[in-house]
Amino acid sequence: MRKLWLPYLTIPPALALSALMFDLNLSNPCLAQQREGNETLPGLYADPANWPIASRDYANTRFSALDQVTTQNVGQLKLAWSFSVGADRGQEAAPLVIDGTMYVVAPYDGPRPNQVFALDAATGELKWSYAPKPNPAAKGVACCDVVSRGLAYDGGKLFLATLDDHMVALDARTGDELWVTQLGDINLGETITMAPLAVKGKVLVGNSGGEMGVRGWVTAVDQASGKIAWRAYSTGPDSDVLIGEDFKPYYGWMKGKDLGVQSWPADRWRVGGGTVWGWLAYDPDLNHLYYGTANPGPWNANQRPGDNLWTSTIFARDVDTGAAKWAYQASPHDLWDHDEINENVLVDLDIGHETRKALIHPGRNGYLYVIDRTSGEVLSADPYDTVTVYSGVDLKTGRIQPVESMTPVLDKTIENVCPAPPGAKDWQPTAWSPRTRLLYVPHQHLCANFRTSEVSYIAGTPFVGATVDMYAGPGGHRGEFMAWDPVKRTKVWSLTEKFPVWSGALATAGDVVFYGTMDRKFKAVDAKTGQVLWQATGPSGFIGQPVTYLGGDGVQYVAILSGVGGWPGVVANAEVDPRVRNGALGFTGAMQDLPLYTVGGSTLLVFSLGHSGVTNAPSGR
Amino acid sequence: MRRTPLLLVLTIAAAAASRGSWPVHDAADVLRICADPNNLPFSNAAGEGFENQLARLVADELGKKLSYTWRAQRRGFIRNTLKAGLCDVVMGVPTGYDPVETTAPYYRSRYVLVSRRDRGIDVASLKDARLREYRIGVHLIGDDGMNTPPAHALAQEGVVENVVGFTIYGDYREPAPPLRLIKAVENGAIDIAAAWGPFAGYDALHSRIPLRIEAIKETADFAPLRFSFDISMGVRKGDQGLRRRLDEIISRKRAEIRAIVESYGVPIDSARNG
Repeated sequence: MRKLWLPYLTIPPALALSALMFDLNLSNPCLAQQREGNETLPGLYADPANWPIASRDYANTRFSALDQVTTQNVGQLKLAWSFSVGADRGQEAAPLVIDGTMYVVAPYDGPRPNQVFALDAATGELKWSYAPKPNPAAKGVACCDVVSRGLAYDGGKLFLATLDDHMVALDARTGDELWVTQLGDINLGETITMAPLAVKGKVLVGNSGGEMGVRGWVTAVDQASGKIAWRAYSTGPDSDVLIGEDFKPYYGWMKGKDLGVQSWPADRWRVGGGTVWGWLAYDPDLNHLYYGTANPGPWNANQRPGDNLWTSTIFARDVDTGAAKWAYQASPHDLWDHDEINENVLVDLDIGHETRKALIHPGRNGYLYVIDRTSGEVLSADPYDTVTVYSGVDLKTGRIQPVESMTPVLDKTIENVCPAPPGAKDWQPTAWSPRTRLLYVPHQHLCANFRTSEVSYIAGTPFVGATVDMYAGPGGHRGEFMAWDPVKRTKVWSLTEKFPVWSGALATAGDVVFYGTMDRKFKAVDAKTGQVLWQATGPSGFIGQPVTYLGGDGVQYVAILSGVGGWPGVVANAEVDPRVRNGALGFTGAMQDLPLYTVGGSTLLVFSLGHSGVTNAPSGR
Repeated sequence: MRRTPLLLVLTIAAAAASRGSWPVHDAADVLRICADPNNLPFSNAAGEGFENQLARLVADELGKKLSYTWRAQRRGFIRNTLKAGLCDVVMGVPTGYDPVETTAPYYRSRYVLVSRRDRGIDVASLKDARLREYRIGVHLIGDDGMNTPPAHALAQEGVVENVVGFTIYGDYREPAPPLRLIKAVENGAIDIAAAWGPFAGYDALHSRIPLRIEAIKETADFAPLRFSFDISMGVRKGDQGLRRRLDEIISRKRAEIRAIVESYGVPIDSARNG
């Protein structure tokens, strides 16, 4: 109940009044009862006031039915309030909003790594905070950056997956810790960076750390007890991958016994990668869970002949048991770090003369896939960025066609590798508007040269490293925000950006689409035309996930975390020497000028129409 | 605490190291070192590695006290330690290692093949056809598809199915995780390991099972891979003053430094070719 929160607050009179009005708004006892935790997640996201899942809904649309903010008035957006999460590392998390309370999580850094905050979503007042007691060793062993992509919520509980592999359940009203379950071990290089997904009494999450020889998995944890319900590995025997009689891949080459073992040289699957650190999706009608797995590692490609199943693969599973229903491997025997953890957006599309239950997957490999989500059949796969290392996807076999001459060889420099290792798009999630029927895609536009050169050193061991020089693709821009029509299979409009667009996208019923840039701009764009309608300058670059919701005051707010980081942003926030072109695994070369635009940050920014009097409001258009 | 006592020590050390975001510029009488707290024979938190001994020697020569910032030596190590201002010296890096300013080299070692002496395996080349009959262990780095030179060379020779990978990172709860590659030779899990010399030499010194160590030969065809590396101390780029003082100590104390490194069984490579 809302009033239970009040003792935790120091309430100025004006806020007390608004809190009272807030209570009156929800004085319906049935509603209040539902809000105690009995309401299902689909029930919560049916109410556009809420943003209860990082991607807003099970279909990963990031579409909000709120329409107070429109193409006509978005130019009047002002900063309503802001909040520091206290750790200046990459801010990739999506704030959640349930019934007027916002929940946000900090990166794994600073004095309180992965700290969780509950805030009044209208006023920014802090209700409670929770700091896990993590293993300090975690920071030293994590790959790339120490980001968190967000929390999960269900039935009055908040779920936090910490970088050091613990799932923590909190009482959403108080922040009290309910249970903690260890899911992996940081000492083995295993970490968790993704946002968990709550489904049917379970909360699901996967691991990161493929470079460290980690074997990927997704795990379902019982929401009530914290016990592990099932775990499905991405490599190994069928019994570990949870492949059984229900498994019906669309293409023949993915049928057979223990392909997660057979498609590797002896035992190599044990350190095979295929981690799960992106997005989960769920179709309640089919009862399918969908997600993609990461690239194979840490072997060189010529030490792992074979398809290396089930890395770089999209899985459909029964959410209750984890049993695999179908799989589709987007990049067999990946050569380029093109893992396929990117989001799957579940929408129904009119293709030909029928309505297909589709799954849209903007691949890291540069192809935008439309897949039948009941069967795993690839309906179309079109390049949405410059692609030089593949010649296409054969729709008969479903297999991507690598360009043989681009195969990396140790003593040869391979030039013009497009997309570069981060892919045409990395984790940064798209948004889908059912009004325009367009997918809004934030992505990078980078190519790379691979060469073997400089001496490297890890854990006392010298070796000759690979130099991956990345640079802007054709046109000279390094990022793009575009609208894609998945039925017509074409780009509808496009905005180019100086840096990779590493933030997520948000689409609204006001036909406004939002995204942020690494050079500190948060932009509102006309969903139909791509015209930039408004922009604000933030304290640091944006790589977070914009969300929108109604505060207890009935006002539509738009929120995003500011704080550059992640893989490309390491150069700006963690003192990589920008002169070293192959620092941060080659990304530095493409990002040398980022420190001229931004340093790290940790600020949640919340915008609304009409609020004023905030002295640090960024200037409008 | 659910960890072993060793980890408890690491935990406290790491917590101390990460306490503040302001780098603490200690008084001028302290030599600040960044090191891995769990990677013998190089260093550990108990000060038992040869790099610990060398740090002591250098500190004494400079007339300074010694202080450590501990961190697992993984990707981002230099970025998060030396470059973040948490320390001024890293005791071991390959000469010419680009993220840092390197001193003159103070030893040179080589990748070696190590096997149980009782097996009588006299293989010294990765081109030796007999390698196809053995289970061969290699360390994996997993950095952008780059791995240790023997891992690459064996793949180039088409030796794939009988190669067993040991990630260099291992299980950090165990002491000196990379050494488990050599332990696997001792306990017969593999027949032969291709390893960086200091790991093999140190383990052979302490192993109850006599080990045979062969420097890897016939490596010219594997260029640009190298099997032999000079090792230096590293300071921040541009810190010429400190580098010169270290160079002077390395030059003046060459015999003593060499004796310390050799006392850990490190195979010293005198050849100058790759």
